[in-house]
Amino acid sequence: MVNSIEVKDLTLTFGSVSVLKNMNLHVQEGEFIVLLGPSGCGKSTLLNCLAGLLDISDGQIFIKGKNVTWSEPSERGIGMVFQSYALYPQMTVRGNLSFGLKNAKVPQPEIDKRIARAAEILQIQPLLDRKPAALSGGQRQRVAIGRALVRDVDVFLFDEPLSNLDAKLRSELRVEIKRLHNQLGNTMVYVTHDQIEALTLADRIAVMKGGVIQQLAEPLEIYNRPSNLFVAGFIGSPSMNFLKGRTLDNGRAFQFGSTRIDLAGYEGGAVLERDDAILGVRPEHITVSTTPLAGPSLAAEVEIDENLGADSLLWLKAEGTTMSVRVPVEGRLPPGTKVHLGLDIPKASIFDAKSEQRI
Amino acid sequence: MSVTDRENTAGALVREPVARRPSRLFRNMSGKIASIPMVFTTLVIFVGCTLWTVLYSFTGSGMLPRLNFVGLDQYERLWGSARWMNAIENLAIFGVLSLVFTIVIGFFLATLLDRKVRGEDAFRTIFLYPFALSFIVTGLVWQWILNPDFGVQQVLRDLGWESFAFNPLHDAEIVLYGLLIAGLWQGTGLIMCIMLAGLRGIDEDIWKAARVDGIATWKTYVVIIIPMMKPVFVTALVLIASGIIKVYDLVIAQTSGGPGLASDMPAIYVMQQLFGAQNLGQGFAASTMMLVSVVIILIPWAYLEFGGKKRG
Amino acid sequence: MADLSVTAGAMTGPRGQKPKRALSPTNIMLYGTLIVIAVYYLIPLYVMVVTSLKGMPEIRMGNIFSPPMEITFQPWVKAWSEACTGINCDGLSRGFMNSVYITVPSVIISIAIASVNGYALANWKFKGSEAFFTILILGAFIPFQVMIYPIAILLGSVGLFGSLTGLVLVHTIFGMPILTLLFRNYFSSMPEELFKAARVDGAGFWSIYFRIMLPMSMPIFVVAVILQVTGIWNDFLFGVIYSSNELYPMTVQLNNIVNSVQGVKEYNVNMAATLLTGLVPLIIYFISGKLFVRGIAAGAVKG
Repeated sequence: MVNSIEVKDLTLTFGSVSVLKNMNLHVQEGEFIVLLGPSGCGKSTLLNCLAGLLDISDGQIFIKGKNVTWSEPSERGIGMVFQSYALYPQMTVRGNLSFGLKNAKVPQPEIDKRIARAAEILQIQPLLDRKPAALSGGQRQRVAIGRALVRDVDVFLFDEPLSNLDAKLRSELRVEIKRLHNQLGNTMVYVTHDQIEALTLADRIAVMKGGVIQQLAEPLEIYNRPSNLFVAGFIGSPSMNFLKGRTLDNGRAFQFGSTRIDLAGYEGGAVLERDDAILGVRPEHITVSTTPLAGPSLAAEVEIDENLGADSLLWLKAEGTTMSVRVPVEGRLPPGTKVHLGLDIPKASIFDAKSEQRI
Repeated sequence: MSVTDRENTAGALVREPVARRPSRLFRNMSGKIASIPMVFTTLVIFVGCTLWTVLYSFTGSGMLPRLNFVGLDQYERLWGSARWMNAIENLAIFGVLSLVFTIVIGFFLATLLDRKVRGEDAFRTIFLYPFALSFIVTGLVWQWILNPDFGVQQVLRDLGWESFAFNPLHDAEIVLYGLLIAGLWQGTGLIMCIMLAGLRGIDEDIWKAARVDGIATWKTYVVIIIPMMKPVFVTALVLIASGIIKVYDLVIAQTSGGPGLASDMPAIYVMQQLFGAQNLGQGFAASTMMLVSVVIILIPWAYLEFGGKKRG
Repeated sequence: MADLSVTAGAMTGPRGQKPKRALSPTNIMLYGTLIVIAVYYLIPLYVMVVTSLKGMPEIRMGNIFSPPMEITFQPWVKAWSEACTGINCDGLSRGFMNSVYITVPSVIISIAIASVNGYALANWKFKGSEAFFTILILGAFIPFQVMIYPIAILLGSVGLFGSLTGLVLVHTIFGMPILTLLFRNYFSSMPEELFKAARVDGAGFWSIYFRIMLPMSMPIFVVAVILQVTGIWNDFLFGVIYSSNELYPMTVQLNNIVNSVQGVKEYNVNMAATLLTGLVPLIIYFISGKLFVRGIAAGAVKG
């Protein structure tokens, strides 16, 4: 099966600055892939290169098996949705949807057919004769998606489409986009800095930093087995707790300050003995008890507790390091309480402090 | 100071002075004092002097202003005067051509510079420096360049084109074009800057969307970008138009209104009547007409900006 | 790695950077057009300089575009110190000094007044202040010719007609609309918290102006200075009407020298004189570059 999108050794340099370094990426047909990362990581740049809006310095891009490295955006078989919607202000919705098609000399009946189909899928029929200024943010974004839809292409590119919307609209449209993907089955490449969007929408996530893909995997894999320190800290809110220490006993235990933590059950590579290691445990993988615990555990003292409504967050200090633990509302404890934290080692990650890679 | 009777805390009746609230006039004194120049200028100069001139345009003032009302007499004479009609015609031709070409050339230059060319700063400096010069300087330089014996006409003749004739300074038919060349040279730089600022204010994503849609560059400009820049064009239009009506320095320097009266302008007519021909009434009437034409241009613009949709 | 066989065949074909020929047709047209137009803009400058450095015999022989065979600075000397206007033969030096005497006080006073005014409009609004401001701006569009005569009468009535003070006053008044707009917009854009904090500290109108506003608004003052110096130095109309023979600014003198001299026209002297008159604003322009552009844009784009 031919991959929907293939990126080979893509490099992009501006002057002396290397923005994208030797990127390789395969996207399968119908896949929803999310490019996730902080600002400046190159995710939007990569998307613009895929679209043909930016010329690359080295490497190749293939869409549906065709080499589009030097092709114009309109020849690549892509549709694009922008963060600022970029609707043509003086045209009606219908005008916006048909402008590109008319320019490509598509016959009018075909244009009407495509607009009707897009309008039905996106539920924008009543808006067809309005101008963008008369639409709400959510409606505008639907029209922007519609403009890509009518192009009858295989690949849709989304450049942070929900970032301009308020929180409520964002979650509504997020569901819409997922529904759209289920209904249409097109390949979709989606750029965002919001992990929630990434985790809920993606078939696979490419976490990026500094122009390099840090990890490309399914959401759950990224969540449970982050491949390095950056990915581990970036995904998950509040972020993973990092305990600095070293591994002993041929990797059977972790020395954190004065506490020895048994590493039985760890799911990963050969831990071995390392002088500089980091044990990472997510707040939701820690249990809190006022009485001593049997398994791998840590002594800590409660500093602050935050009631989040659905559950609570406890902030504690253990061996001088601040940690956070998620507890049910009833499990809240007053500041100053001395507790024992039970660590779920099978769900934990160990990182080599120098290479920052997961072991 | 007025007093009131009231009970103090111990329950005894006492008289107390009541401070008078400062009247509204004295609130924010410093702000008001600081604004006196503006108030003075608007009331006395702009409003006052203008009304004065309009008023006296209805009088029969000759060498000195006199309040002898003659109704619309001055205006009848004005519009009956061949010289005035000629000046108006000159202004119309020069004005329309100036307007059209300044905007077209200004916009065109802006689009060129917007393409991220190398040396953009250098080009912009070159296109804008004429704006820093006085109209007198501009007029004199171009007078020299268009000199029939040593200037453009002679140069082209020397190059072999024997019969080339371009002598605006002595040819009544084309003198206005000579003025046009000079005026455009001076004025397009500014409009280019305004247009460039407008172009840069367009959301970059619109360009991207048009590219993905496969729209050619020129078509994007015409169908999408220019309509989006309507306010900028309107501003440019108003600026140019209000400047053209007052054109004086340039003509005085380059052609002195000549040859003969071929490049005479309303502003020159006014100055002549006021200070030369000792015909104040005519001067007032003519300048009032200039005012009227500016108002006619401004009203639709002001309505668009301030009336109609009240924007925050 | 899977799919290697499929992708190996596709390794040919376009790779890497899109070939961007530096001499592509679009580029040639673009730079070509820009250069041609730039030449049109530069020609007058070139002609001015070249003509002013030639002797008269050479001018009569050649044309305006030919570079001087023998460079002479005599025209410059003559323009500066010997050229004759209708009245005297002191050259432009007198006009230059006059322009200086006119420009410096006008710039200082107009900016001082307008900046305080703009500050008042931005931070100390009172009932009717916006209305006055609107009239002020609209007034900037009124053709000067409408107001010239009554202003002359006003000046005459206080004995200032034809005097330096009178001319300075006129320049100040007509500079107000644009300058007030400039300052008002600038002060409005400064964070309001600064102003509020100062008032909480007990500062009043003038202390806030001098100790907070002024130090923070150097850029806009520079723009205002550039705008005013250029505008006032280049003025002709007011110089012709409201000054006297001894007080004529450089622009008026220039026009007299070139256009009202009978007999033999000394083109080289004329061009030297023209250059001299344009020199001051040109130098300011070339030095201040971007600031100038910002000033023009700010002054020109209203509302």
